[in-house]
Amino acid sequence: MALRRTYVRSMDGWWRRDPFFIHYMAREATAVFVVAYALILLAGVIRLSQGEAAFGEWLEGLANPWSIAFHVALCAIFAYHTWSWFRIMPKTMPPVVVGGRRLPGAAITALGLAAAAIASAAFVAFVAWLAS
Amino acid sequence: MPEPRTITVEVLRYQPAKGTNPYVDRWTIPYTEDMSVLQGLQYIKDTLDGSLTFRWSCRMAICGSCGMMIGGVPKLACRTFLRDLAPGPVRVEALAHFPIERDLVVDAEDFVGKLERIKPWIEPREPRTLEEGPYTQTPAQLARYESFSHCINCMLCYSACPQYGLNPDFLGPGLTALLHRYNSDSRDGASAERMQLVHSEEGVWSCTAVGYCSEVCPKQVDPANAVNVNKTASAIDWFARFLPGKR
Ligand code: SF4
Ligand code: FES
Repeated sequence: MALRRTYVRSMDGWWRRDPFFIHYMAREATAVFVVAYALILLAGVIRLSQGEAAFGEWLEGLANPWSIAFHVALCAIFAYHTWSWFRIMPKTMPPVVVGGRRLPGAAITALGLAAAAIASAAFVAFVAWLAS
Repeated sequence: MPEPRTITVEVLRYQPAKGTNPYVDRWTIPYTEDMSVLQGLQYIKDTLDGSLTFRWSCRMAICGSCGMMIGGVPKLACRTFLRDLAPGPVRVEALAHFPIERDLVVDAEDFVGKLERIKPWIEPREPRTLEEGPYTQTPAQLARYESFSHCINCMLCYSACPQYGLNPDFLGPGLTALLHRYNSDSRDGASAERMQLVHSEEGVWSCTAVGYCSEVCPKQVDPANAVNVNKTASAIDWFARFLPGKR
């Protein structure tokens, strides 16, 4: 056994090794923006509790061109995040059996994406209706 | 006669006796339409360099011993064809995330040790005597674990799992799939014991749902599914402690 000397390779930069890992890291990184936006909305709730003037200021801040550009970027980031999570969703749930057949993963992903699209569209319609 | 086609094979070599770090050797070899990467390596070993070391046995994707990184992706060398990698060069390296023993051979001790810990056998739920006959199972009961029983212990999924690479204590994808196979078997009665492993620090919570393990699995075992379904099971177990009537 004297010559037994195993070699351990470094994990440095592991996520650049495979495109699959890059996609994974992108999914994780976009989660940070989801949290960030939750905090922005939370700030709105706090401002609302401080009265109409405070809430008005918060709203004005959102109407700033930089903020609008940020929202457009966020929209794209959230779309990627949604897509990447629904893509992994079939792996996170027990087999779904419909009519004696196992529902394929792609169908679960498609259903999830459809649900997200419908929910988003319904929400936009609701806000548009409120505004009108 | 058509010219025999050739392809260059690059192998990351490690020879502990030489006392050097890994280095790359290159050979250009003739190949035919039906030659696998494993056969290419055998050609090199037989005719060019007898010291080249790799594992293999069945040559038909069932023993699970010829796993290696081919073009950076964990694959079975006997199931990967040189024609699909033309014009090359074909880069071959020992399975990622495992210590290299020599050339393409990795140290699988960690995997084998964990394999014992998951109790990969059926512990009868209720012991039966010979007279009572065999343990029976319905097709629906079989379907609950069948796909997870296809694992050939090739360890490709471990090379696809960065969490295992970063923390080798993690039980990992393939063995969680195998554990799930026994826990989902209607004849088995040891699932409470195996769940201790699932809940532990090294259990399913080390997984961050990268999902590459299921992509590289040559047997469509879907280990990522086994791991993530057990996260749900583990969470339910944990919350169930707070229900009245539980310990
Ligand atoms: S789950 Fe698949 S990739 Fe992992 S050890 Fe088993 S057969 Fe190999
Ligand atoms: S030699 Fe058995 S799986 Fe490849």
